[in-house]
Amino acid sequence: MSDTTSIYLDHAASAPLLPGIAELWAATAIKHHANPTGSHLAARHARKALDSARFQVAETLGTTPDEIVFTSGGSEANNAAIQGTLRSCNPERVPATTAADHNAVLNPVRLSEGVIVGVDSRGIVDFEDLTNKVRCHKQDIALVSVIAVNNEVGTITPLPKVANIVRKFAPKALLHTDAVQAVNWIDTTTAAADYDLISVAAHKIGGPVGIGALVVRDGIELEPLIIGGGQQRGRRAGTPDVASAVAFAAAIKETVDQRTESIERTTKLRDLIFDSLTERLGDRVIVSATGTGGGDNSPYNEYAKDDRSHIAAGIANVCIEGVQNEALIFLLDTAGIQASAASSCSSGAQSPSHVLAAMGIPDETARGSLRLSLGSATTSSEVERAVDVIVDSVKHLDHYNGG
Amino acid sequence: MKPKVLVAMSGGVDSSVAAAVLLEAGYHVEGVTMKLWGGVSDTGCCSVSDVEDARWVADQIGVEHHVFNFGDEFEHNVVNPYIHDHLAVRTPNPCVECNRHIKFDRLMQRADALGFNVVATGHHARIVNTSKGWRLTRGADDRKDQSYVLHMLKESVLQRLLFPVGDMTKTEVRNYAETRGLLTAAKPDSQGVCFITKESGRKSFLGDHIPLRPGRVVDTSGATVGAVESIEMVAVGQRRKLGIPGGSPRLYVLDVDPNTTTVLVGDQDELNCSTTPLDDWSWVDEPVTGLLEVQTTAHGIPGLAAIDLDGTSVRWNKPHRAVAPGQSVVGYVDDIVVGGGTAGRPTTVGRYPHP
Repeated sequence: MSDTTSIYLDHAASAPLLPGIAELWAATAIKHHANPTGSHLAARHARKALDSARFQVAETLGTTPDEIVFTSGGSEANNAAIQGTLRSCNPERVPATTAADHNAVLNPVRLSEGVIVGVDSRGIVDFEDLTNKVRCHKQDIALVSVIAVNNEVGTITPLPKVANIVRKFAPKALLHTDAVQAVNWIDTTTAAADYDLISVAAHKIGGPVGIGALVVRDGIELEPLIIGGGQQRGRRAGTPDVASAVAFAAAIKETVDQRTESIERTTKLRDLIFDSLTERLGDRVIVSATGTGGGDNSPYNEYAKDDRSHIAAGIANVCIEGVQNEALIFLLDTAGIQASAASSCSSGAQSPSHVLAAMGIPDETARGSLRLSLGSATTSSEVERAVDVIVDSVKHLDHYNGG
Repeated sequence: MKPKVLVAMSGGVDSSVAAAVLLEAGYHVEGVTMKLWGGVSDTGCCSVSDVEDARWVADQIGVEHHVFNFGDEFEHNVVNPYIHDHLAVRTPNPCVECNRHIKFDRLMQRADALGFNVVATGHHARIVNTSKGWRLTRGADDRKDQSYVLHMLKESVLQRLLFPVGDMTKTEVRNYAETRGLLTAAKPDSQGVCFITKESGRKSFLGDHIPLRPGRVVDTSGATVGAVESIEMVAVGQRRKLGIPGGSPRLYVLDVDPNTTTVLVGDQDELNCSTTPLDDWSWVDEPVTGLLEVQTTAHGIPGLAAIDLDGTSVRWNKPHRAVAPGQSVVGYVDDIVVGGGTAGRPTTVGRYPHP
């Protein structure tokens, strides 16, 4: 829901549809109502539309069309990658991921009693821990899954470096990356070139909710999560959603085409948020993904304060000490600014962030975390207004014990 | 501008109706459900399905709905003391602590910060304006009255609080909900402690947190008459699950000694007492010197008693069934709460026979 007075800064939760996507979706759904697996003319036309969507998605991800499996979204893609790998290999083997990965990866890994690798105070995978764990784990590692861009704090994982370590010390393990938040902020065709499995989702980049894809590189054996009519080469049963696939393809193409420009513009807005909040609220602001802030005696300043090269352009996560984010987000909402604290539980309550915890930020501080996530249409006046409201709200809450 | 009221909506029928009543009365109403416990409670509170019920009712009547996570505060102020009380073989009242620390402190602070003038809940109790100021009084429905678990509310809180269903009987509440087609109209009342699931129960919950100690059950002559698996599960006044063979005369728990892990039992006469010690007692206004109505359980029948001037004990007018240590003790005059405290442990040192 949006109106002229509201400022939407929750793109990482779900982004608004890019211009033209809704119309394209509707037109395709009307035109290609037939089941694309059928044999008559209408089915063949639907099939053709689906194929062309597959070609387009493949091209933007630097893969071939036969390597694209459409899914219902990112969570399904992640589950398909992890559970599919485990089901098709020796049951003794276990998956591995990082403590800052998305729950759609962490929970399947935990379910299989897999390996969890630590991250540093910036949210970057701890390479030493990764090396030790993939090399020395008593069970064979079946798959290593790392998040390409962290959904909560925006940290970009050095994918090639992870790949080098895994290939060297666990050469039989598959490599998966959850790139659900990545396509709009990094070039996955190069960064994830060495990855066997890649998850993406349409609604984070201006496509419809309910569709995503898993890249399954040629030759990778994966048991399907959903079995049935053998659609998508037996890798994912169910009637393919032609309209959503077409809309997804158009959104991802538009996103990738505009990416360089969008990154340049959005980075400035993100830095404006970091800099003006730090300037106006002082030492109580911790820029989560830099692992810095909190003044001279802060335990967080292990890394360079101004190094933001590893943070995705569109995600600005800060922890504001002495404030309860539930109250802060409420006040922002009242002022028409839609933001989040990154992780909400199914009831809608704010829940403690496992990502910030993994980065070593204490619970107390993490309760003041705020994520502003920007999109291609976010403007500097929106960001300036948001900063003003945040500063006012924080000062207001100071009179109420943080809210 | 309309006064802004934040209604604590648990997902039950009472708070659903509370929100609807206030909306019809012309308030600006927003609902909130507090997420208090992460566990899989099925006792009728705090679960995701209850949050959904509250949200759906808010949608039905057309008000905004929010969720606040006070899980940490709940654990610290309600769950941990609950466990600790059992360890000390006291019988805690977690609803009282939740009201004291969460609903009428933490939530009110949050409501204040967010610009709400007033907070409302679906409790069956009333707030009346007396010559001395705002005072808490019993709800219209005797059987549903919840003033007992709200006794600690100070005037500064009562001033900013509304109990919209306090004037209604439960039947009226359900009829109101039904007439308006509220989704929660027929939802059963919540039962028991909200953070303990029916399936695994109190024993398993406590067993996960503290060691449960078996105990001997002795009568007042010192004879061992039974045994319990865990003294932490035993409450004063209890008559069952004491390992006493069937056909024996009725015996009630008189006291539990955590040091010797002994449960003392006696007959009805021995259970009755003339005084009940108080651990803490505070008067709302000046002390009441004569007799007042004193209630010792959530929906129990009050007895007539005087409270010692120093607030250290209840002197019952007639012999009164012993009160489990840890239970709230609330005094009323003309249905108005005039004081409250917690039952202490009777001094039984030396009363225990140790054969």
